[in-house]
Amino acid sequence: MLVAMHAPDGFLGPGVAVVTAVISIVVIGLALRHASAELDDRQVPLAGISAAFIFAAQMFNFPVAAGTTGHLLGGALAAILLGPWVGALVVAVVVVVQALLFADGGITALGYNVLNMAIVPAFAGWALFLLWRKVMPRSSGGVVGAAGLACGMTVVLSATAFSIEWLFGATAPIPFDTVFGAMVGVHALIGIGEGLLSALVVGAVMAARPDLVAGARDLSAEEIGDRRPVGARAFAIGGVLVAIVFAVVVSQFAFDDPDGLERVAQDHGFIDRAQDHAVAGSPFADYATRGIGNAQLSLAVAGLAGVVVTLLVAYGLTTATRRVPPRWSLHTTSSS
Amino acid sequence: MSGSHRGNLRRLHVAVDSPVHRLDPAAELVGTVAFAVVVAGTPRHAVAVFALEAAVLVVVVVVSRIGARRVLARLAVVTPFIVFALAIPFVAHGPRTEVGGVPVSTEGLWAAWNVVARTTLGATAAIVMSATTPLPSMLEGMARLHVPRVVVAIVSSMVRYVELLAAQLARMRTAMVSRGHDPRWLWQVGPVAASVGMLFVRSYERGERVHGAMVARGFTGTLVVSDRPAVATADWVAALAPAAVSAVAVVVWVVGR
Repeated sequence: MLVAMHAPDGFLGPGVAVVTAVISIVVIGLALRHASAELDDRQVPLAGISAAFIFAAQMFNFPVAAGTTGHLLGGALAAILLGPWVGALVVAVVVVVQALLFADGGITALGYNVLNMAIVPAFAGWALFLLWRKVMPRSSGGVVGAAGLACGMTVVLSATAFSIEWLFGATAPIPFDTVFGAMVGVHALIGIGEGLLSALVVGAVMAARPDLVAGARDLSAEEIGDRRPVGARAFAIGGVLVAIVFAVVVSQFAFDDPDGLERVAQDHGFIDRAQDHAVAGSPFADYATRGIGNAQLSLAVAGLAGVVVTLLVAYGLTTATRRVPPRWSLHTTSSS
Repeated sequence: MSGSHRGNLRRLHVAVDSPVHRLDPAAELVGTVAFAVVVAGTPRHAVAVFALEAAVLVVVVVVSRIGARRVLARLAVVTPFIVFALAIPFVAHGPRTEVGGVPVSTEGLWAAWNVVARTTLGATAAIVMSATTPLPSMLEGMARLHVPRVVVAIVSSMVRYVELLAAQLARMRTAMVSRGHDPRWLWQVGPVAASVGMLFVRSYERGERVHGAMVARGFTGTLVVSDRPAVATADWVAALAPAAVSAVAVVVWVVGR
């Protein structure tokens, strides 16, 4: 979490800083236009106070274990509550204020920080939310379930966005696959917490003022009234789908075979050039791109096989450790 | 995660009088951003240039009279990145150097230095700016730098309500505890998240009420910005001096190599 969030000055190369700054300015400009169309003259107080809400919500520490706390990131949550355009705008304002006033995130890093923390979460989170809504039942419970899954996966997508930026603007000789593996690994854990928290927050808002949840505007009053929780089965199916998607997609990137890399380098005759690069100013920009492009199918199959094996092991463990329901009886307990 | 410094917007500004405080806020904003850009563009091997940039910042901190201790305390926000930087030499690839008998990546050491130097300098510049410029002046400076008015207005209504919402959240926490909850444990996450959800509802409703009050007083959606004289040349020169000195040093270093 620490690395993707609030990256400081000079953390990624100047090219990435400039390009992401241009992207962020354009998208936030569009978001402003959409927000003023959606909110009309209510835009200033509503967007401002919503930004203050995200800021305050990030200050609220949630218990993780005794003594350890974490806090909401809120990018995808803002999109689900306020819609993607207003959500992106609001979180971008928070990120900029944190950089300017609290030195939390570098001023020259604002391009990629806004992209990774506001734009990617808002739009990817919104897209995932809509996808999950199609799987989930049309009810309050379905909205809450979809919100949780979307918010959790969005954290991993933000980490992926950072890793891809690292591919183009690395400032240290750490190959893409190492960065990607570490980022996705850590953020998968954070994503579980973020997903759970976001689902509970959306659940509370759905109970109190369902009309305020942008992602639930299409529900009828009757469907909103249906507050049955989504069954464990829907969540299990969702979890398996997520695992499969990540195994297939992620394995395409997490290519870690130095022998293969060296052979590719020799085949293409750039192994000498690679060493020249290593002395040059920014030698790591293309470090890992060479790793991609080979044997994708076998990797995907391997990833799938990994998921299947893990699920089988998990199933075995849960059946093995399942408690046999005890037959309570006063007589047997007293006599034994 | 980043500690209790957040939300204390009132305490950001250090109310003393100094030449840095008297700088025009628009010029100071531009000067700070320019300095951060130069720092981010300083080649990592140019240790002498980083030293000069640090010296320039020390001079600014001393002149601004905001106190070195306060600056150091606020720098705590970058600690996670310093910790990350210290790990780079061990995971980075490339030729190795021995440091105290442990082989570490040479290029990784430079990368670690790079993160530490740029993070500290960039963050210090931002800290000096927020400590020497009251929030309303900073917003006015943004408006005069042609940041879209609606953005300035959104930011200003955000900073106006942040402390209020933080206090509201604290009251909700107190109410939770008085109902017998103990929000230090994982299984309490439900009621804690419910408070955050309710905070959203209350914030949104407050936004609607604020809008109603604004409309009642004649708000039509357009924002009035007070006219102020243009930034004086002396302010531009003073505010851009740290960035200019550092930029010259970078050029000299690059040419002289």
